[in-house]
Parts: sequence; structure tokens; C-alpha cells
Amino acid sequence: MSKHSTPNINGKGNNHVYTLQERFFRSHFWHSLKVDLVAQICFLVFILYVFMAIFAPLIAPFDPYDPVSIDIMNSELPPSWSEGGESDFWLGTDNQGRDLWSTILYGTRVSLMIGIGAVLLQAFIGICVGLIAGYKGGRLDSLLMRIADVQLSFSTLMVAIIVLAVFQASFGTELYQELAMVMLILVIGIAEWPQYARTVRASVLAEKEKEYVDAARVIGLSNTRIMFRHILPNTLSPILVISTVQVANAIISEAALSFLGLGMPISEPSLGSLISSGFEYIFSGAWWITMIPGAVLVILVLVMNLLGDWLRDVLNPKLYKD
Amino acid sequence: MNDKVNTPILEIKNLHKRFSISGDFFDQLQFKDGKIRRHREYVHATNGVSLDVMQGESLCLVGESGCGKSTVARLVMGLEHPTEGSIHYRGTRIDTLKANRQIMPYRKKMQMIFQNPYASLNPRMTINDTLTEPVNIHNPDWDNIQIQEKVQEVMLSVGIDPSWGKRFPHEFSGGQRQRISIARALAVDPEFIVADEPISALDVSIQAQVLNLMMDAQKERGLTYLFITHDLSVVEHFGSRVAVMYLGTLCEVSSSQQLFDQPRHPYTQALLSAIPKLTDNRSSHIKLSGEVPTPVNLPTGCVFHGRCPHANSRCKAEVPELISIEGAQVACHAIEEGRL
Repeated sequence: MSKHSTPNINGKGNNHVYTLQERFFRSHFWHSLKVDLVAQICFLVFILYVFMAIFAPLIAPFDPYDPVSIDIMNSELPPSWSEGGESDFWLGTDNQGRDLWSTILYGTRVSLMIGIGAVLLQAFIGICVGLIAGYKGGRLDSLLMRIADVQLSFSTLMVAIIVLAVFQASFGTELYQELAMVMLILVIGIAEWPQYARTVRASVLAEKEKEYVDAARVIGLSNTRIMFRHILPNTLSPILVISTVQVANAIISEAALSFLGLGMPISEPSLGSLISSGFEYIFSGAWWITMIPGAVLVILVLVMNLLGDWLRDVLNPKLYKD
Repeated sequence: MNDKVNTPILEIKNLHKRFSISGDFFDQLQFKDGKIRRHREYVHATNGVSLDVMQGESLCLVGESGCGKSTVARLVMGLEHPTEGSIHYRGTRIDTLKANRQIMPYRKKMQMIFQNPYASLNPRMTINDTLTEPVNIHNPDWDNIQIQEKVQEVMLSVGIDPSWGKRFPHEFSGGQRQRISIARALAVDPEFIVADEPISALDVSIQAQVLNLMMDAQKERGLTYLFITHDLSVVEHFGSRVAVMYLGTLCEVSSSQQLFDQPRHPYTQALLSAIPKLTDNRSSHIKLSGEVPTPVNLPTGCVFHGRCPHANSRCKAEVPELISIEGAQVACHAIEEGRL
């Protein structure tokens, strides 16, 4: 020890080891957030959405899933501030007499759940395929990437419409409505995994040339361990970036499918099915049934895309190296 | 000491490695004279390298960049598989082992130190995790305390304070990182270490520190080194024997003393005369004409014949073998014929 005594590191002095919290507050991530107003607002809005979604049953004045609390006589009431509005329903009611505010809260929940669920599935398939393709290389790589190309050449909506329509036709609407959320997660998840596979493969190709991977092989670690313990953590930045954008995409896909009548049933509406259900009333003056959930959806997607953009800049290794 | 030096720990026999540079199957198809042909090109990284590493020695492998030194290191460690030839460790052939279970005992005995300390440590793992991993995997029956004791022992032996274990590699300097990667190699108690230019990415002031650390480890643990470098002053300081490589082939193998006193191969002579000296004796400087040929289309015969002042027609046609002369091995027709 004395022979090779070492000076203090970077002048930080003694043996101070940062806790996780300190690490976070000293990080580039936190610093970038502090100086970027747009990112802060987006972050706040996004957290607000998540909060609304999680605590929907506590916040919502009515339970839109409970038929007993719904009175058809209350249908198409305008928001409380406009003429003919009632103070009980501050955003008005939809065509079935449900309180729009409560329905939006529950709808946000459904939309976010489908978005996040679909992205988790995409990420799982995509990361596994991308890691294997990138790490093993050769014929397996070519095969997996051609499968990904084929999958990518079908548009998400086309695949979803075909699968969902066939399912609905062959198993009946009732079963479909029960399984609607699972089906949407599966379809959107499976249709979009190549995005992840390509991104992960590209980073794996760059990472596996680095010496720490050779070092891990020399130690005698198994390929699985090298892939998941050594390479995967070093490809997390791009995965994080596309995840935000992909959640937004999945929410839009779900809304589009619901609008076409292939998404969530009207008894458990997502934002998309709410927009769809109000669409028929837009010309009879009941603009709020479509417009308000529409605005909620647009803001959610916009915020997620802006966050994704910001995150890409923050984690860009060319701008910043850790 | 002497008979210990005489048993080879590693035998490399006629090692060939080529890398394809013509892409996948569809890239290889060429349209020529109205026919579609498959055209393949290779980089010949090593061409028939035969080398014995003796127990307890530090064999330095020197040569200019691109001559195949690192390929030899990677082949020995099983990171690449040879196209031809074989590698034996204590008499057992190791280059053909496929199953992980068969390779594992050799992973414990043979370790590697890498060139770039900034790339050879996983940036997302603390150094404690980095060092625990090899101990853990090679000693599955050890409990946590034993493993941590071992990790602390190797950290101390390379001069890294064990209390720094929770830090990440980017919190260390280059020299410290290289010592951590030496610690990783030592953590499994190997007997043979391949060091692939371990000091070329370091500051000159740190180079000596790391070299001394490696020499101390050799004394304490009885290690054998295959040390790859292009720095001849390191060879003089560190190596007990030297192997000189040129374009994927060995030119000369001899003890380092002998090599510096009396270089035999024309390439070695030119290489040694290129070392800057304090006394100005320019007249003895050997200037080679031309460039190193490409390893894609190797010259026929001796790979050095195009630049060799002593080459004749035999050199252009016939590949020279390593022949023993006064304790050294040289691959040169001119020396064999007594012309030099």
C-alpha cells in the first residue's frame, strides 16, 4: 500500500462516498432539468397526469364505471361555467350522462396503462431480440433483423385493425370488451418491438467492441450474464429516450383504434373512445365531449414528446460524457 | 530457477488467423466476364507463429502496430479462434475447447490485462462489483465474507484503498484504473497473464509505477507474463525474453540481453537502430525503404524481403523457418546461409 500510495481523487478529498441522493443532485440529469424551463413544466405536467391516473378513484366525484350513479337525464350537460351547466358537473357530461371530469380521469388512467403496458411489452421483446442479434451477430443477427424489418413494414394501425377486427368477429363482442385492454397492449406491443430491437442492437454493436466485454469473457462469464449485466446497463440511455416517445405513440395508437371502434368499450372509455363517442354530437353543439378529452390527450402526448426530446439531448453521449 | 524456466507453460504452434473483410455472402458476389463469382478477401493477421512461453518468465512480444501482436494475445486467451494451428497450455490443447465448463479451469489460470484502462472497466459497475465478479464465479463455494476478504486483499496488493470500492471507474485516474484492472486479473490467482500493451495508454510518469507493480506481482505470485508492447525500453526493463514480430510472422526470438547486444535479423537490427540515443551516431541508423506491405496480399517468401537490404531470389520464393543460432531463434535465409 505504502509503496504505491495514491493521491486523493480529483481533489474531492478523503474517502467521501456519495449516497444515492447526493449522486442524483450532483448529476448531469438534475442539472439539465434545473436550467430548462420547458423541461420543468413538462415534467410537472407529466407528474400531474400520473398522479391523476393513479388517484382517479379518490379525485373523481363520480364513478363512471358504476351504472347506478349515472342518470341519462343528465346527458349532454355543458360545462358548469357555460349557460345551462350544473355545478355538480364542472366539465359537463357526456352523451350517457356521465360526469366528464370523472370519465376523463378514468380515461387517462386507461390510456396511460395501455401506453405503459404496451411499451413494457415492446421493450421486453425488443431488448431481448436486440441484445441477442447484436451480441451473437452473424446469421442469427441477419435473420432477427429481417424479421424486424418485415414487422416494421406493416404499419401498427393496419396490424392492430386486422387482429382486433378478426378477434372481435371470431370470439364475439362480449369477450372482446372484457379483454379489450389486454388485447390492445398485446397488439400495440407486438407491432412496435422492432423500434427497440434496432436501437438496442445498434448500441450493443458499439458496446461489445469495448474492452470491458472482452474482460468479462476472459473472466469466464456466461454470454447471458455478459449481455444482461454488462452490455444492457450501458445501452440504457437510448432505451430511456425511445421509451418516452414510444409511450406517447402507443397512447396515440390506442386513441386511434378506440376512435375507430376497435379499442376500449364505451363502458370503460379511454380518452380515445371518449373523443369518438362525442364526435357524433359535435355538430349539435355538444363540443365539450370531444374537445376536452381531445385537449387532455394532445397535452399528454405533447408533454411526453417534449420530455423525450429533452432526454435525448441530456443523454446524448456526444454532448455529454460520463 | 533454471529448470523451472525450461518447461514451457504455453506452446503456440504454427498459428494462423485470417479475418474476412469481404462482408456477408451477398457482398462477396461479383459479376465478372459474364459470370457471377464468389470473391473473398482476408486480412492475414498471423501467419504461422510458433512460440513457447516458459514457466516464470516475462516474454515480450514486440512489433510495430498492425503486425498481429494483439491477435496473438486474443487467440491465446480464446477471444478469437485460430484458423490454423494450435495452442497448448501445460500440454493440453485449449484452442479447441468449446463448452464453458471445459474452458473455466483455464480462465482461472490464464488472465489478461487490457490496453485501455478507460474502456476495460465497465462504467456502470462499481469497482467492488467489478472485482467481486471474477472471485465469485471461480469460487462458487466461497461465502460472502471470504469473497470480500479476497477482493480487499487484491485491492491492497495493487495499492487501491478497499474503502474506495463503492466508487465508479470514472472517479479514478488512468493509472488507478489500470491497477484496478490488474487487480481484476489477479483476483482469481492466475499463473499466467497476457498483458496487451498495458501501459501504452498511460502517462509516462505512471508507466513505471504500473510496470513495477506487475514485476512485484510476478515475484510474489510466481507469475508468467506474455507481455505485448511496442516500446523497446519497456522490453529492456521488463522482459526476460523477446519475440519480434513483423507482418504476422516471428522474425527473431531471443533473450532480451542478447537481442539488445546482438540483433541478428535485419528487421530487428533496423528496429533497434531506431531507438533514439543520447550520443549522435547517425551513421549507424538503418533506414528501411518502402512501407509495410498490406496483410491482405502478403508478399511471397519472406514477408520482409521487399524492404530487406540483404534479400536475394530465395527470400522472394521461400518462407524462412525459425532456426536456432547460439541460443537465439532467427527466421532469415541470409543468416542461415551465412551471408549475414
